[in-house]
Amino acid sequence: MNAAAFLRRLAGRPWLWAYVAAIAVWIVTILFTGGRGAGEVLTAAFTFATFSVIVGIGQMYVVTLGPGNVDLSIPATITLAGAVATKVMDTQDGMILAGLAVALACGVGVGIVNYALIWLLRIPPIIATLSSSFLIQSTAIAYGRGIRIKPPPMLADFTTAQVFGMPVLAICIIALAAVMELVLRRTLYGRWVTAIGQNIRAARLAGIDVGRTRFAAYVMSAVFAGLCGYLLSGFSGGSSLSMGEEYLLTSIALVVIGGSSVAGGNSNVPGLWGAALFLFLVVTMLNTYGFGAGTRYLATGLIIIAVIVAASARRPAR
Amino acid sequence: MNGASLARNLRMLLPAISLVVLLVAIYALQPRAISYVGFNLMLNLAIPIALATIAQMCVITVNDLDLSIGTYVGFVACVGATMLTGGVAALPFVKDLQASGALPAVLPWIMQTPLAGVLVLAFGIVIYAALGALIHWRNLPSIVVTLGMSFVWLGLSVLILPVPGGQAPAWIRQMMTLKPAFIPFPIIAAIVIAVIAHVLLMRTSYGAVLRGAGGNPRAIERAGWSLLRVKAAMFALAGFFGMLAGLSLVGLTTSGDANIALRYTLLSIAGVILGGGEFVGGRISPVGAVMGAATLTLAGSMLSFMRISPDWQIGAQGAILIVVLAARTLIDRAERSR
Repeated sequence: MNAAAFLRRLAGRPWLWAYVAAIAVWIVTILFTGGRGAGEVLTAAFTFATFSVIVGIGQMYVVTLGPGNVDLSIPATITLAGAVATKVMDTQDGMILAGLAVALACGVGVGIVNYALIWLLRIPPIIATLSSSFLIQSTAIAYGRGIRIKPPPMLADFTTAQVFGMPVLAICIIALAAVMELVLRRTLYGRWVTAIGQNIRAARLAGIDVGRTRFAAYVMSAVFAGLCGYLLSGFSGGSSLSMGEEYLLTSIALVVIGGSSVAGGNSNVPGLWGAALFLFLVVTMLNTYGFGAGTRYLATGLIIIAVIVAASARRPAR
Repeated sequence: MNGASLARNLRMLLPAISLVVLLVAIYALQPRAISYVGFNLMLNLAIPIALATIAQMCVITVNDLDLSIGTYVGFVACVGATMLTGGVAALPFVKDLQASGALPAVLPWIMQTPLAGVLVLAFGIVIYAALGALIHWRNLPSIVVTLGMSFVWLGLSVLILPVPGGQAPAWIRQMMTLKPAFIPFPIIAAIVIAVIAHVLLMRTSYGAVLRGAGGNPRAIERAGWSLLRVKAAMFALAGFFGMLAGLSLVGLTTSGDANIALRYTLLSIAGVILGGGEFVGGRISPVGAVMGAATLTLAGSMLSFMRISPDWQIGAQGAILIVVLAARTLIDRAERSR
């Protein structure tokens, strides 16, 4: 393949713009510092982007299922999994794997409850995951109140470890994202998810087990939220009751900015990383230039709206 | 009465039934709560929640969802606690400028008039209308647009009021603490809100067009109505009720805070659904929505009477939502099997 054709193919990728924007923002940031701290900014960006990418992957699979599919229970699941896992591990290095298993089991449980509500009550997923998130949040609050247990030292070390300035955790999650991209593009399951998002009736007529495919996507989203809660509690020195809060909006924002279609049926994983890095770098840039929290929120909101308006120009309204 | 209409009536009455069941349970646990003072205490915060729920309902009517209503209510509260009381001069950063000597200690009339607050609030409603128009014009997913707006409102609130504070205008505080004879103020307010929203959306001819835009947009368009205008009108209405929610909230709390109403986003959606509204198709019930909001508010009081930790308040709201939705599904099934 020659360079020109490669570039043309690259430009056709919806996720490219997230990376372009991320790099642009990074350059603007280090222009201000005159090149100092360029590496540190990137390290921090990768560190914090990692956690949002984990939940972003799950949210993306759910959103791919088509209009109305969205998982609002992610923050509550993060909080619950974090609280339960730190309590089970109880600072013991030997319990790290047990903690991971418990956190993932929390995710499986939440996923099953979510889909049971969607299926049994025949209610839109937004309402199902909304009502279950109320219950999960309460459980997490009641369970986690007053406990402030430090994570096992080995877990804390692992989540904060770096090689050549690159967080080890970020490398793991890049690998995970690569696997999930392959699952989406190359496996039968990924094709099913995409097909359901494009046309659920056609998918059903083609013999796809729509129920089971959706069930798996909701469980996967909750399991990733559980994983995020587990790692986050290791990273931030224990679980807290508000640790999941910001991830609801962030997970949806990543899907949108990453170039996946909000109407479903057309998603990509690489964009999640680009979008996560971009969002964090914007915050860093505004911080560097001395803007306060208010301006940062304002900029984040305007960016999300600008991206969705731009995306609608790319794909004209049906 | 045949089975089908029985089922339909039962579904219509579901919001009222849930509210009555909750009230009976509260009476059984603590008879003194069902009194003038008791209702005042229990239902005070139901007023802003009911108004936010009506706002959310307006958006749901046209098949959209507003994830920014919580931060918008917070924004209105911040404006109410600053500019609506003392104009631009009441803003913390203006006070900082005065303290540093960049601005004179005595500001001109134009900077002290509460008119500035009125203008900013009107601007908020205009933004809402513009969002509705934008969402229709570009066929955008409302979830994402309002998600972005939730950050915008939060950012504006923090810029207006970086730390919780300010003071609500005296007239709003007086209004929210009214003590009318015999009937507690929150109940009167809830009835007034329900009646106004009901008349506006269910009893006027343009209300039918507004709801029709959710049920069958093409038919409305064919009949010569502008869908763009309908959507802008519905969002503007949402902005208006959201503004009332913020003002009533700041009247109760007396000071503003950017994070004061974050939970309203999810509560308002739950309230609409509890009240019998549906996500698509313009099928809504303003009276039900107000009852739904009251039910969600009372759930908290009920827990404290049962001596259950307030940790479970959100959980109880979720459980009520699930139980009511399950009841609705059962009724639907019964209706279909006949």
